[in-house]
Amino acid sequence: MSGYTPELKELLKKVEASRPARVERARKNQHFPALTMEQRKEWLSKYHPDYKSEGRRAVKVGPNKGETFPDEVVNLLESRSRINPKNIDLSKIDYETDVLVIGAGGAGTAAALIAQENGLKVIVATKLRHGDSNTVMAEGGIQGADQEGDSPYYHFIDAMGGGHFSNQPDLVAALTNDAPLVLHWLESLGLMFDKYPDGRMLARHGGGTCRRRMHSAGDMTGAEIMRVVRDEARNRTEDIKVLEFSPAVELLLDTSASGGGRCAGAILYNLETKEYYIVRAKAVVMATGGFGRLHIQGFPTTNHYGATADGIVMAYRAGVKLKDLDSTQYHPTGAVYPEQNVGLLITEKVRGLGSQLINIDGEEFCFPLEPRDVESSCIIRECLDKGKGIMTPVGRVGVWLDSPMIEALHGEGTVRKELPAKYIQFKRYGIDISKEPMLVYPTLHYQNGGLMINANGETTVPGLYSAGEVTGGVHGRNRLMGNSLLDILVFGRRSGLNAAEYIKAGVKGSRGQGVKLTLEHVEKFEKELKAAGVKEPVIGPMILPEYTPDHVKARRWGQSA
Amino acid sequence: MAKDKKLIKPLATGDKTIPPEGAKMIPIYIMGREYVVPETLTIMKATEYAGYQYMRGCGCRGGICGACGTFYRFLGDYKLKSGLACQTVVQPNMVIAQLPFFPSNRPSYNLEKLVPAGIKQGMENSPHEELRRLYPEVFKCVGCGTCTRTCPMDIDVMDYIALMKRGDLKGAAIKSFDCVMCGLCASRCPAQISQFTAAMFVRRLYGKYVLPAAEHLKKRVEAVKSGKYLKMLDELAKKSTDELKKLYTEREREPDMTEPGKWMPKDVSHL
Ligand SMILES: Cc1cc2nc3c(=O)[nH]c(=O)nc-3n(C[C@H](O)[C@H](O)[C@H](O)COP(=O)(O)OP(=O)(O)OC[C@H]3O[C@@H](n4cnc5c(N)ncnc54)[C@H](O)[C@@H]3O)c2cc1C
Ligand code: SF4
Ligand code: SF4
Ligand code: FES
Repeated sequence: MSGYTPELKELLKKVEASRPARVERARKNQHFPALTMEQRKEWLSKYHPDYKSEGRRAVKVGPNKGETFPDEVVNLLESRSRINPKNIDLSKIDYETDVLVIGAGGAGTAAALIAQENGLKVIVATKLRHGDSNTVMAEGGIQGADQEGDSPYYHFIDAMGGGHFSNQPDLVAALTNDAPLVLHWLESLGLMFDKYPDGRMLARHGGGTCRRRMHSAGDMTGAEIMRVVRDEARNRTEDIKVLEFSPAVELLLDTSASGGGRCAGAILYNLETKEYYIVRAKAVVMATGGFGRLHIQGFPTTNHYGATADGIVMAYRAGVKLKDLDSTQYHPTGAVYPEQNVGLLITEKVRGLGSQLINIDGEEFCFPLEPRDVESSCIIRECLDKGKGIMTPVGRVGVWLDSPMIEALHGEGTVRKELPAKYIQFKRYGIDISKEPMLVYPTLHYQNGGLMINANGETTVPGLYSAGEVTGGVHGRNRLMGNSLLDILVFGRRSGLNAAEYIKAGVKGSRGQGVKLTLEHVEKFEKELKAAGVKEPVIGPMILPEYTPDHVKARRWGQSA
Repeated sequence: MAKDKKLIKPLATGDKTIPPEGAKMIPIYIMGREYVVPETLTIMKATEYAGYQYMRGCGCRGGICGACGTFYRFLGDYKLKSGLACQTVVQPNMVIAQLPFFPSNRPSYNLEKLVPAGIKQGMENSPHEELRRLYPEVFKCVGCGTCTRTCPMDIDVMDYIALMKRGDLKGAAIKSFDCVMCGLCASRCPAQISQFTAAMFVRRLYGKYVLPAAEHLKKRVEAVKSGKYLKMLDELAKKSTDELKKLYTEREREPDMTEPGKWMPKDVSHL
């Protein structure tokens, strides 16, 4: 049980057959021609999920009414609540707290710690286990301008350039200013940063950086960050109560004669007993992460199981505006074989070292170092339009990434030397990537946009704060590696702190006579759906993705709808 | 190979498995019940293919969160094996049970107050004493090696426990670094040790008190706290896209191979 199946091995022969000639040409610097500017535009608009009009539509309701997003996102923005407000007695409170944090990834946990340090009681409600998140999956590193020849000034310029200058500048200023504070905070919590013997942090370049400021903890930086902040939260259980397997499904606002409209809690859902609970809080931090598991247009994803855009859906109903949510980061080369590696990122370096992309007939079909979005379009075109992809035994399609060329071009042993982690990751499953190519296809990696916030982590709804991948603006329409681990901690901490200040300043009338919790915004939203003619809305938020195959569904003969 | 164009259209979408016609199917046993699933799937995807929807026991689906610890045997074989459901490929006649949760011992502590300042000067004893106080059971390890055999991350768990016993915090921290905290080791330990929680404690002790602090970072933090960069950043935030583009294209790039901390840009006015 290892390596490629006999069928795939058969197909591999074509790649091997054409390789010597391709290597010969590469040696002479003869490459497959890059696309012209016009072609790029055409390819992008036809094949790239962010550009092509197919698979996208305008949302009919809510604060971003009329703006275009992927269908999978619009379906959820136009979804109906999981609950019927009429069945719920909002005067019966199950949990009462100062701050409710929704989502226990890096952003949520950081917010909880800082709110607690500011004297508050915190409840953290999370969908899966504490730490089952995208945070835990980040390998590469975290940026922060701490070296002598660097400063937040340069970090700012890099981040803006990376985001094609579409980032929200006040957020980038906060991000880069706080970066050294965040690194120092992690260090003081006992995080095992990669360091020189004298304590100096290791610092590398990342894509689009002008200074070496990528810091790491082995090749599991995100996992180490998550373990450390989670461990610290577990030291403070008297003040920080974590409710696992209890996703939030709806935000609660307050209402009173004098106004209200502040966020004042949420409805949680116990995944196991299927009960709902009412949490009343003086402030709420939304930190539910990204949306990779929506599998926009069927793409595989690098994201964790719970990345289903729940926070976006809840906050949208409560009136929070979305920013840049139509922009998604796809990585052109995600593994599609073997199954354990599906979604795994294959770094650009593999192509940088000379590997070509090859179709089922053993032919080149694009220049291997086009910009990420263009490269993705080329692969999609080859597979879907031309039908020249290679199918895996379980129905995935990809193209070959001919890594053995690296050995031919740069000498034996180069693959192991330059790509040790990838080498091991495939070797484990019987594929030696210095001798056999990989199968790849674009993969959905990062939700660039999200809830609109300011540098304090405030949304437009008073009392509702937000941080992390669920927000938009920090990275504009393209994120640089290492800036989102930073983002979640900077804005997680800021959210926690500002929620504390908001509460300490006295949320006037939050407990007084006549102040009630309300789900009116949900009822109003559903009326809007009806008025807009949204037919058969799905139920949202999604909570868990569903991968049940059709043959199983077809046998679910029970009566329940 | 027949080149049927139909076959080349993708069937699987997202993480949903839709095997092409003629895919090889194999029998597996999920908690004792037989299901027939396509070969090459992971245990996790095979379980979904069988019709289960995960709630517990599934997190990252990428081998790093530790939610999916799994034990299995093959029919007719006495050997008990273990792995992560998202990283282990199904094989014929595999009998599978996931262990989505296992109770562990995790005493609370205050990292700030825990250890006397002397530790930095090499008072090897004190952190060790703390470990003894919080995790006395670690010192009762019988050296059976079951944990090491069980660990899906190929960590020599018994060895890091031995290093802890000896007071080699550095060794234990480094040796346990790849731990995904799945709890499989603890589920099999005859001495009832929660190896992975003790290791977490030791890693934080090591990170905070044994690894030297970064001096350059401390200096930069002081500068940030003094508000040194606020004005610079504010000015940048007000610049037009064209001005920013100019700054962006004119950036000086730090070379890849310079001695850490020694390289300086030509213009030092923004440091
Ligand atoms: C494979 C991979 C590699 C990456 N590499 C890097 C890198 O090298 N550097 C970098 O900077 N960034 C990297 N990133 C991006 C970065 O890891 C994430 O953007 C970031 O960690 C998101 O953090 P978060 O706290 O906002 O969300 P998450 O960490 O995803 O946490 C969100 C939490 O909210 C929970 N949740 C969701 N819905 C609900 C609900 N309804 N109710 C309650 N809880 C809910 C989730 O279960 C989860 O626990 C990578 C991402 C991936 C996937
Ligand atoms: S040391 Fe224990 S908890 Fe950690 S990965 Fe190995 S078996 Fe799992
Ligand atoms: S299983 Fe327990 S007793 Fe056996 S070696 Fe591991 S820690 Fe020691
Ligand atoms: S699901 Fe995270 S390790 Fe398997």
